[in-house]
Amino acid sequence: MAEAESLAVTRRWLPEALMTLAVWGSALLVAGIFLWLLGDLLWRGAGHLSWSFLFSSPLNAGRAGGIAPILVSTLLILGVAVAAAVPLGLATAVLLAEFLSSHSRFGRLVGLSLDVLAGVPSIVFGLFGNAFFSIFLGLGFSILSGGLTLACMVLPILVRTAEAALRAVPDDWRLAGAALGLSRTAALRHILLPAASSGLVAGLLLGVGRAMAETAALIFTSGYVDRMPSSLFDSGRALSVHIYDLSMNVAGGDGNAYASALVLIGLLILINGTSLWLAEHWLNRRILTP
Amino acid sequence: MTQAFDRHTLFFPETDGEAYTLGPLQSGPLCCVPEPLIRVTNLSVSYGNHPALKDVTLDIYRGCITALIGPSGCGKTSFLSVLNRLTDMIPGCRVEGGIRIGGQDILAPRLDVSALRREVSMIFQKPNPFPLSIRRNIEMPLREHGMKKRADLDEKLERVLTDVGLWAEVKDRLDKPALALSGGQQQRLCIARALALEPSVLLMDEPCSALDPLSSGVVEDLIGRLKGRYTVVIVTHNLAQARRIANYAAFFWLRERVGTLVEFGQCRQIFEAPAHDLTAAYVNGARG
Ligand SMILES: Nc1ncnc2c1ncn2[C@@H]1O[C@H](COP(=O)(O)OP(=O)(O)OP(=O)(O)O)[C@@H](O)[C@H]1O
Ligand SMILES: [Mg+2]
Repeated sequence: MAEAESLAVTRRWLPEALMTLAVWGSALLVAGIFLWLLGDLLWRGAGHLSWSFLFSSPLNAGRAGGIAPILVSTLLILGVAVAAAVPLGLATAVLLAEFLSSHSRFGRLVGLSLDVLAGVPSIVFGLFGNAFFSIFLGLGFSILSGGLTLACMVLPILVRTAEAALRAVPDDWRLAGAALGLSRTAALRHILLPAASSGLVAGLLLGVGRAMAETAALIFTSGYVDRMPSSLFDSGRALSVHIYDLSMNVAGGDGNAYASALVLIGLLILINGTSLWLAEHWLNRRILTP
Repeated sequence: MTQAFDRHTLFFPETDGEAYTLGPLQSGPLCCVPEPLIRVTNLSVSYGNHPALKDVTLDIYRGCITALIGPSGCGKTSFLSVLNRLTDMIPGCRVEGGIRIGGQDILAPRLDVSALRREVSMIFQKPNPFPLSIRRNIEMPLREHGMKKRADLDEKLERVLTDVGLWAEVKDRLDKPALALSGGQQQRLCIARALALEPSVLLMDEPCSALDPLSSGVVEDLIGRLKGRYTVVIVTHNLAQARRIANYAAFFWLRERVGTLVEFGQCRQIFEAPAHDLTAAYVNGARG
């Protein structure tokens, strides 16, 4: 038996070796690309980073000065997007996972349209947002338009991940809840949503990441005014738009572009950390597993 | 408008309620006043186009333990889940016939199902405590049903855990996860959780079959002690167990792949003098 196996292995060692090489090679390549990118950013951007970079306004089209108004606009846009997309996304996911059977025609229709939406290029969302929020609803180039456009864009990710997270919660608890006469709302509030919270947060983070990285959809909606916004109806420049502008349109803006990119990555890491911490200590604080 | 589910008629249907005592758990009357609480007439259940249960007519007596026995797939679980309308949760499940509990038609489309399920509680084969602390497993449903006072909740917690013989085992770890308990303890916790809502009927779907023999024995003793105070309907594949604890037994069988009730009667009669050949074959075959 052992002999036969070793024979088989010797005869097939070449494909095995190639396979191993390919798997490890790809993994290393991916890790390498990421590290190289990060190293490059640090190498070129770290020198430009300072507290005053974070807390002052850009000068000379961003070549000098800092990114304070841009940071504020970015957070506002993100806030609007999350505030609009999370309740809507969660409600849709609850409908799909808890109230419609997986064979329901309406459910499948909603799912299908979400999957199509997820594949739509962001520039199309930008044009849609411009036509709908900026022009039709009269919001103009504003943080509100930009945030709502991003909300539409991340909605499919949010709904699909939240739906999957809810479906992963065992049916036993739904049955137990129903058998105790609990309403669906009570079961959702006390058991299902808390038990799914880590999946829900993972989905939110995917959405936030996508939103933070978005440029095309924002150029047409929130615009690229780099002044400090005074309300949600002002135009505001997001970090990603700022990076794009500095690296494409502003000669001599590279240093600050790299520094801004570092800030963007730092912000993402910060948001990830906080959300995971919140999920652990607050959202599901009553959920206890051995 | 949903139709209110009247608890009072469950405790005291047509009679004046004198004949029947609601004593403390341990000292309930050993046998029961044969007075039907649940009347099932011509009940049929089907899933989509597949009939699972056909034409079942049977009475379930107040304060007694009724055991449902029969081979796999003959519709015992389906029968139980109709009694508290858990079948509502299965898409495509159709129920025909009549079920009256304490005189009320529980198949009425507008019935307040949540109130029904508080009265007619279900214990599942696989213990299914919530992923919460032991305390919150019992308190959460109580709070949802309107009991808010700390003192009431604490008193209730201790009483039901004592009733199921779990208090001594868990009183020092009430805030620890319920899922860390052993299988037998989890099942007793589920029973305590159901008892906390003060149901009058307990439906139990093979409550011991996922447990080791020792825990199974403990749960069985517990069920035996529920006799008198609760009306219990229990599905079991363990015929010896059915014989030990039940007052009445109903034997289900598959005819042309559809479940039917073959024989219903006092437990002793079903096991010792079955009227039907199929019953005789089943109880003897399964014993040997
Ligand atoms: N949710 C469901 N959807 C479709 N068919 C079902 C469903 N539940 C049960 N059935 C069918 O109904 C029939 C009776 O099933 P049921 O679970 O009531 O039997 P049972 O007597 O409890 O069996 P067991 O002893 O194995 O638990 C079976 O043929 C089963 O395939
Ligand atoms: Mg069953």
